[in-house]
Amino acid sequence: MTHKVGRISPFNITALALGLAFLYLPIVILVIYSFNASRLVTVWGGWSLRWYTEVFNDRATLEAAWMSLRVAAVSATSATLLGTLAAVGLARGERFKGRTLFSGMLLAPLVMPEVIAGLALLLLFVALDVERGFWTVTIAHTTLTMCFVTVVVQSRLVSLDRTIEEAAMDLGCDPLQAFVRVTLPLIFPAIAAGWMLAFTLSLDDVVIASFTTGPGSATLPIRIYSEVRLGVKPQINAICTMMIAFIAVVIVIASLASKLSNAQGRSAAPL
Amino acid sequence: MSARSIFARPARFAAVAPYLWMVLFFLVPFGFVLKISLSQTAIAQPPYVPLFNLTAGWDAIVAALKQLSLDNFRLLVSDNLYITSYLRSFVVAVTSTLILLLIGYPVAYGMARLPQRWQAFAMMLVIVPFWTSFLIRIYAWINILQHDGLLNKVLLALHLVATPVVWLSTDSAMYIGIVYSYLPFMILPLYATLVRMDPSQLEAAADLGASPRQAFWLVTFPLSLPGVGAGALLCFIPIVGEFVIPDLLAGSASMMIGQTLWLEFFANKDWPVASAVAVALLVLLVPPLLLYDRLQRRTLGGAG
Repeated sequence: MTHKVGRISPFNITALALGLAFLYLPIVILVIYSFNASRLVTVWGGWSLRWYTEVFNDRATLEAAWMSLRVAAVSATSATLLGTLAAVGLARGERFKGRTLFSGMLLAPLVMPEVIAGLALLLLFVALDVERGFWTVTIAHTTLTMCFVTVVVQSRLVSLDRTIEEAAMDLGCDPLQAFVRVTLPLIFPAIAAGWMLAFTLSLDDVVIASFTTGPGSATLPIRIYSEVRLGVKPQINAICTMMIAFIAVVIVIASLASKLSNAQGRSAAPL
Repeated sequence: MSARSIFARPARFAAVAPYLWMVLFFLVPFGFVLKISLSQTAIAQPPYVPLFNLTAGWDAIVAALKQLSLDNFRLLVSDNLYITSYLRSFVVAVTSTLILLLIGYPVAYGMARLPQRWQAFAMMLVIVPFWTSFLIRIYAWINILQHDGLLNKVLLALHLVATPVVWLSTDSAMYIGIVYSYLPFMILPLYATLVRMDPSQLEAAADLGASPRQAFWLVTFPLSLPGVGAGALLCFIPIVGEFVIPDLLAGSASMMIGQTLWLEFFANKDWPVASAVAVALLVLLVPPLLLYDRLQRRTLGGAG
């Protein structure tokens, strides 16, 4: 009897298949309908690219997309820098004053409702009297996404064997050299995964961007959101499909890159 | 002196820049939220009576402190709108978390029982939708749930219903959207605890005469409780303050607290009341946040 324990049962397979179907089906349907020739979003009128051409003729959407890409690129990069530093400080530093507060501040945004974070940052920007737009959204996204980077990089650092760093120092590296030459290449896949996560989270955010942006500088999600409130339009299907395709390309490139560095280094990134 | 402690010192300094950043852009802003929640509403830009002016000297500060009022908080407890919003948020979050557990647990369990080489692939399949925009995923559901959308077409074709069902602007649509968006957050912590479980414990239970069902409820489930807790909190806390999903999918009859905050802020331009709503929400979320922090610390580990 005992050998049966731990086997996959039909129930397990069914649960898994249904769960995955639930996750993927809506996206697949959305993508298919973005190629629908019919103006009616619910009637299939044959394959067509007409909604894609309409999107490319829509100035406001293109401007919003450009704004979103710039915000995502800048905020993901600074979030990766700050988040990696925070992870190194938490995973490798000795106890320091305020460590609990620090790790608390880095964990809270992972679950904190976005409306609260958005409102808080906006009130700060108003109090400092800065003009709201590209930079305020970028700072807001950096703050929120660096926490995700910290978690990803920290979990990699914790699982890393410290004796390698110690060996490097025994062989004459100073701590900084040991970090740059030994630790950094080993945690690079995690850092890359952290950047990607920060990039997609920034590209995705409606709530915080709505609070922290100024008039006339909408991000793509803000624009999609205001269109969606008015109902389903075939153009939005096309925009969404392009966003999915864009993210998919970024993920494929990143996973290829991490495979390359895995071939040199070791195990995979946690995300 | 060991090499480790030499390495540790500069590592500590690595935290300085992110520390200052988080204090400035995370901690300090909450000071402003608290401050403005205690001030009076004004028709001005920005729309509240300024409280402190540190350059005006001590007397001005004292005068300003005297102006602090709890009026906004009094409004929160006296006006039914706010109380019902808080209650609704709580009910929606609890219900969604339970549904997520019911769906997420079997999926995570199935994943953990897959052969080793399939597990990474299954994990990737669960994570990938998380990379696609959450707004897009909600929008995808609007496509499906609308009056002549796919769901109604399928139901009509199967003769399960005689007339199209109204899905959009209902609580069912909102629950579908929430469960859909948060499912990976439930599955991943559950899977992480289930996959670490030692199968020999189940074999021992079977040897001692437990049926598979008994073994599950007496061994597997209790051992997976940390994962259940982490997944539940990871979903519950943000769902309480959820704005976009109820705004796009639920009806306008009753609002969740995130929607109320949004409305006060953007439509009514009542920043002090919006701040008070945020402060009260944050206070209510402190216990689950602390619990989540403790669970995370245990799983993340690290120095100290």
